[in-house]
Amino acid sequence: MYQLFKMAFRDLGRNKRRTLLSALAVTVGLGMLIMMSGVLVGEMQGALKNTIQLFSGHLQIRGLNYDENKISLKWEDLIESPQALADTVKGQYPQIVDATPRLVASGIVTRGENSRGVQVIGIDPDAQANQVYRQGVIEGDFLAAADREGILIGQPLAEKLSLAVGDQINLLVNTSNGDVQEQLFTIRGIYTTNTFGYDESTVFLPIAKAQTITGAEDRASLIFIVLKDKEQAETVAAALQSPDYTVVTWRDMNAMIVQVEDFAGAYMTIFYLIVLGITATVVSNTLVMSVFERTREIGILAAIGMKGRRILAQFLLEAALIATLGVIGGIIFGGAITYYFGVTGFPMDISKMGLTGILIENRIYTVLTLDNVIYLSVLTYIVTLVASFAPARMASRMEPVEALHGK
Amino acid sequence: MEVANISNVTRNFTIGKVETRALRGVNLKVQSGEFTALVGPSGSGKTTLLQIIGCLDQPSSGSVVINGQDVTKLNRNQRADLRKGSLGFVFQFFALIPTLNAYENVEMPLLLGGQKNGTRKQRVMELLDAVGLADRANHRPDQLSGGEQQRVAVARALVTRPVIVLADEPTANLDTENGKQVMEIIAKLNRETGVTFVFATHDPRVIHYARRIVTLRDGVIEKDSPADAQ
Repeated sequence: MYQLFKMAFRDLGRNKRRTLLSALAVTVGLGMLIMMSGVLVGEMQGALKNTIQLFSGHLQIRGLNYDENKISLKWEDLIESPQALADTVKGQYPQIVDATPRLVASGIVTRGENSRGVQVIGIDPDAQANQVYRQGVIEGDFLAAADREGILIGQPLAEKLSLAVGDQINLLVNTSNGDVQEQLFTIRGIYTTNTFGYDESTVFLPIAKAQTITGAEDRASLIFIVLKDKEQAETVAAALQSPDYTVVTWRDMNAMIVQVEDFAGAYMTIFYLIVLGITATVVSNTLVMSVFERTREIGILAAIGMKGRRILAQFLLEAALIATLGVIGGIIFGGAITYYFGVTGFPMDISKMGLTGILIENRIYTVLTLDNVIYLSVLTYIVTLVASFAPARMASRMEPVEALHGK
Repeated sequence: MEVANISNVTRNFTIGKVETRALRGVNLKVQSGEFTALVGPSGSGKTTLLQIIGCLDQPSSGSVVINGQDVTKLNRNQRADLRKGSLGFVFQFFALIPTLNAYENVEMPLLLGGQKNGTRKQRVMELLDAVGLADRANHRPDQLSGGEQQRVAVARALVTRPVIVLADEPTANLDTENGKQVMEIIAKLNRETGVTFVFATHDPRVIHYARRIVTLRDGVIEKDSPADAQ
């Protein structure tokens, strides 16, 4: 075995540049795969975190008949005395960080000739779960609970309608009795959650004002609940079960993200195979060149009694050494760039590409997972060795006489 | 003792649509300790016959018995085993592995035979000493002259104590002095160790080292006689 290693090392050392270029192909290939898997994991984790934070919370308590897609404001679909219910559940379960009512309505914002369809969300400006919007205010102020004329709009909407803090807009909303109601609102602040699709189509009112304008009175669409740990959702949901309302978890509400993740995973597998195919071709090509260059030596070794399987092992070992060097490089290279973009993030605005239903941030922070690094390294190693098998076998099956004549 | 018995051996090659008959019914017996030269013009079948005796190639028909074993019935691996244990080769070109030094080149057949390190070392140094290259053991082929490389090849051919050593034009790429040196070493080893040598040559300067001369022409043995009868 030592001899095999010695010969393999020396053979690889004969054409150092070629060996290094082959290893570099493996390094770049694996590095890209680690990076891409980091993007996927980061994107999905980021989207889930973002969606939970902005859209679904960890749990929602809804009226028995409430259909989130219809954004119904009928009294029978809403939760009565929502603040009292929120306070009760908050006091009852230590796992709950915050529980706050939200009233969701559909509306149209108009400014001069321009108008946009929006989702109007009535929130309690002081609730902890809503501080993410307060922190996201980039111009003006956040809402105040008692404000009856103020509205908070997202940055993309402000840009599209050329709005600034202090401007007035007309807001038309659906009401509980099926009519529409409109009123002029003054823009108190412009916010961003760095989630284009959300910010463009969501405006906020203090919940009291939202209840008034929609005629919902002391009712809300849902109680938005934030837990200490998202894994507690099922336990708390089970404990909250009641015949008066339904409880849905983030997992129920974000089934699409899981689907998209699976879908993206399948696409990534194709991407992996393409990249690894290119890498494997480079390594295989290197070995083919090496076999042709060393045909006569293979003949000599066969003549002095080296068997085909040892010649096969010799070439496979050389491929394995190239793969090892490349994989180590790939882990370092891929790990470094994934770590770097994990810290700084990089802009990739998928929401502008028309993907809806998932709140993906404008910056993606890559996530390096040990599982992915191991899986991709092993996969790269195996693919490289499999691709090397053909040239190694070609060497091992050469007829000594022909090989000695360099044929 | 008979170390090789070639009976009615033919070897045909097909190149494109043309069939070439390299050997056309050769009969040859080689006794232990012989020092035999295969001579004849280019294309007479010397190399083909050596390759068949050396189990590097197989005859189209006829039988080849090496050391009592019919090698035409052996498979690829069994022929490799036979080459490893019973046959030694010296080629026209200096057939050394360029990444290994002189010592490692000579050692390679012993490694393939699974011999222990201590035994290997002693045997390799013994052979390098016999070819006068003990002090060049650590040199790689590109640091050795053509003559030195061929002497290393001779040492490698003998290191496993083969029953027969086959040399194909061993001096063809050497100048007179180096050719003479190599042949003298081979002759000396033949005398001292009793190892059987069969070498192909058309170099008149080295034929006189042989004690038996087999002349081939057009794939058949034209003449087979002791050297002094030539």
